[in-house]
Amino acid sequence: MNELRRRLLRGGSSASLLLPLLGSGLLMPGRVLAAEWNKAAFTARNVNDALKHWGAGNASDSRDVLINAPEIAENGAKVEIDVTSQLPGTRSIAVFADKNPMPLCAAIDFTGSNAVPYCRLQLKLAESSRIRAVVKTSDGKTYVAFKEIKVTLGGCGG
Amino acid sequence: MADSIKIRAQIQGEITDIRILMQHPMETGQRKDDKGQSVPVNFIQTFSVLHNGKGLIDGQLNTSISKNPLFGFKAKGIKTGDKLAVSWVDNLGERRQDEIVVA
Repeated sequence: MNELRRRLLRGGSSASLLLPLLGSGLLMPGRVLAAEWNKAAFTARNVNDALKHWGAGNASDSRDVLINAPEIAENGAKVEIDVTSQLPGTRSIAVFADKNPMPLCAAIDFTGSNAVPYCRLQLKLAESSRIRAVVKTSDGKTYVAFKEIKVTLGGCGG
Repeated sequence: MADSIKIRAQIQGEITDIRILMQHPMETGQRKDDKGQSVPVNFIQTFSVLHNGKGLIDGQLNTSISKNPLFGFKAKGIKTGDKLAVSWVDNLGERRQDEIVVA
């Protein structure tokens, strides 16, 4: 990829030639974000594939990952949840909704040493679903916790 | 030009509560408009939160995050006068960055 980038830079290629590359994510304009969008995991159509691509295929259940969410959500277009990890060395929290068309909703990386492993998010839920929060720790282990949310009005149209 | 990101930081002792409101349609690509045309997919893919220019939190999002989403985070050791900056990039390459000074 670097090779390609060098060649393009040297060649002074036209903007029209570069444009499709921008879309494909091969070339990032401006500052390259530390977190590159994990396309395979985010576009996976079922929760097992999403977990596999996220590197969490065999996460162990943990009581130290706490999901705070409503049991019943009236409006699936905005369901607020928060996740706290009490596991030492937590590096990231990823949230999956098992029954959404694309289960992986969000992945939060705690890049700063002063960041507290907590996040509050607003999700769209297609239907009543099991939510799972996957925590990765600095020793390379993955942990998971679950929570059921009942939705009375789906959030796909919103 | 995308609307500004609203950032609020509340120092509560050692822990600071950070709230971030990103104004974005977060279109799933599944919705149809009044004329029955599909609304193209348009959503924030990545965002970063910087504390005094240093990385604090990075996020990756999917279409399943709500329209105009609110996020909450917590961090230690943030003081009055510190800077908090948030930037996002969506799937169409549009971006927005805003910064506040913690009061």
